[in-house]
Amino acid sequence: MIKVKLFATLREGRANEIDFEFFPGINGRFILEKLGIPEKQVSIFLVNGRDYSLDEPISDGDVIAIFPPVGGG
Amino acid sequence: MYGYAGKILRIDLINQSIKVEDLNAEWAKKYIGGRGLASKYLFEEIDPKVDPFSPDNKLIITTGPLTGTSVPTGGRYMVVTKSPLTEAIACSNSGGFFGAELKAAGYDMIILEGKASKPVYIAIEDDKVEIKDAAHLWGKLVYETTDLLKQKYGNKAKVLAIGPAGEKLVRIAAVMNDYDRAAGRSGVGAVMGSKNVKAIVAKGSKGVSVADEQKVKDVVASKIKIIRENPVTGEGLPAYGTAILVNIINEHGIFPVANFQRAYTPEADKISGETMAKTILTKKHACFRCPIACGRVVRLKDGKEVGGPEYETVWSYGANCEVYDLNAISEANYWCNQYGLDTISTGATIAAAMELYQRGYIKDDEIDKDGISLKFGDPEAIVGWTIKIGKREGLGDKMAEGSYRLCEAYGAPHLSMSVKKLELPAYDPRGVQGHGLVYATANRGGCHVRGYLISAEILGIPQKLDRFSTEGKAEWAKIFQDLTAVIDSLGMCLFTSFALGLKDYVDLMNAVCGTDYTEETLLAAGEKIYNLERLFNLKAGIDPSQDTLPKRLIEEPISEGPSKGVVHKLSDLLPKYYEVRGWDEKGYPKEETLKRLEV
Repeated sequence: MIKVKLFATLREGRANEIDFEFFPGINGRFILEKLGIPEKQVSIFLVNGRDYSLDEPISDGDVIAIFPPVGGG
Repeated sequence: MYGYAGKILRIDLINQSIKVEDLNAEWAKKYIGGRGLASKYLFEEIDPKVDPFSPDNKLIITTGPLTGTSVPTGGRYMVVTKSPLTEAIACSNSGGFFGAELKAAGYDMIILEGKASKPVYIAIEDDKVEIKDAAHLWGKLVYETTDLLKQKYGNKAKVLAIGPAGEKLVRIAAVMNDYDRAAGRSGVGAVMGSKNVKAIVAKGSKGVSVADEQKVKDVVASKIKIIRENPVTGEGLPAYGTAILVNIINEHGIFPVANFQRAYTPEADKISGETMAKTILTKKHACFRCPIACGRVVRLKDGKEVGGPEYETVWSYGANCEVYDLNAISEANYWCNQYGLDTISTGATIAAAMELYQRGYIKDDEIDKDGISLKFGDPEAIVGWTIKIGKREGLGDKMAEGSYRLCEAYGAPHLSMSVKKLELPAYDPRGVQGHGLVYATANRGGCHVRGYLISAEILGIPQKLDRFSTEGKAEWAKIFQDLTAVIDSLGMCLFTSFALGLKDYVDLMNAVCGTDYTEETLLAAGEKIYNLERLFNLKAGIDPSQDTLPKRLIEEPISEGPSKGVVHKLSDLLPKYYEVRGWDEKGYPKEETLKRLEV
């Protein structure tokens, strides 16, 4: 199982957290496509708190956090 | 002079004399205005070794050349003085409307000298400037003070004031303006209190003249377009406010919990910007000429509609005190605004007291009579202690000295999460190496807005840097610090830098002031300002050994979460940083550097 957490505007029309069945080779690009999130809306894509490219394979049990472009301070 | 009002208001509180002077145009050219120019005045006019509460310290309230113009976010003013918290140079920056009004009244800067023999306030209506008796205002909270002065001077008048905390010389007291905007950090409110000045009222009708009106119109329109089209300043900040960072920082495992004992919490979303927008948010608030509107207005449980907490406050009272309750956090924030307290330092000092209690340094019998617990996680405690600090009551009197002096009094200074005695903000530097370097070297102490490297290391603006790497970070820290000095000095909000770059600031400055800065010369002015502040600190006795971080952050790895196992590698970064700055290996600016910069 892979847990995907969405934040800020990406929550609009979607759940805050979504679980994905693991399969070998699953990656960020697949998850974004399934969630209907255009790549350009994604600014930060974290796997277990580390920056990942969308093509890197994800492991079973990983936690993913996806953010649109945001800032603050 | 275009952009500048060209005048300084110098008020001698001892002799009750008011003088209007010409702004030193030569210094303005070198130090821009605002933070830079006021630092130059302070450097030249006071002995950096002065006791911050002595009448010999001066309090400078300054605008920048772009303050009060049509430039987006051009409403900033700064309070520059020697800090009673850090004993270093202080420059606290605020938005709202007061700065623009002061400029419209015809002044770039107010210099308060000496100390009044009894409480006074200062009323400025264009050329009419009076020192007035403030006996009826002394002791009053910020909102009531502001209301009373607005009743007298009309709703157009803008009010800057201290609360009871500043009067009582609380070392973490803020200067407040427009009810709930704060020049928050470094205890500048206590310096104003030490001078017996309760408030300043400004009402102006003069406006600001610019070099080329059509050009300003065009340049401003193009920059507003950039800000509005940028996803951060055009969408994220307006929709969620700065607390949008709660989840981002937490998911990276650098969200300090329980006085930096941990750096991740599964409860963060309870206090996030997303949750605030869905629950207590009633509307947004924009400062003078701001197209971003990151300010929040919230409704408390008791029905009061008040200025809402921003990210740093949500953290300092929230995760840092383990209180995951937006109502309690907003209430604590409200009392900070009323008493005139810095929300970062106040929340962080309460968190430090909670750790002192947790570890047995503070015992139950000491706080029994206060009737407030010091347990992490108690929502009533964050509100209760805030008021006690504002009043200097009970243990609140010791906490009013800030976390460093509090922890030191219990023989545990290592539990103060501060640099140069200024409480650290909401990012654990162990998981953001460059940002930690900025904490260690910032001229006003442990501060995030003297070079916001979170922008590059977490948010990827202007480009993504590996947050765990030390590579190139010394260079980045210098550029961010110098650019920030420029933005502050212009009188613009730092948040514009999520969208704008150096070239944009050059365009705005030149259009308004008719100057001929280039990217190179404007950034060099930032570097000059940074070095001048450094010189002030060195003369004040803040030696480079204070360019450090709390031991916990250098020696103890983060215990859990996404950044588990890392420490801050300051000793790897600092020598390189000194070299990049043109300072010697001990951290003193080299003669040739000062000569090159003409400091």
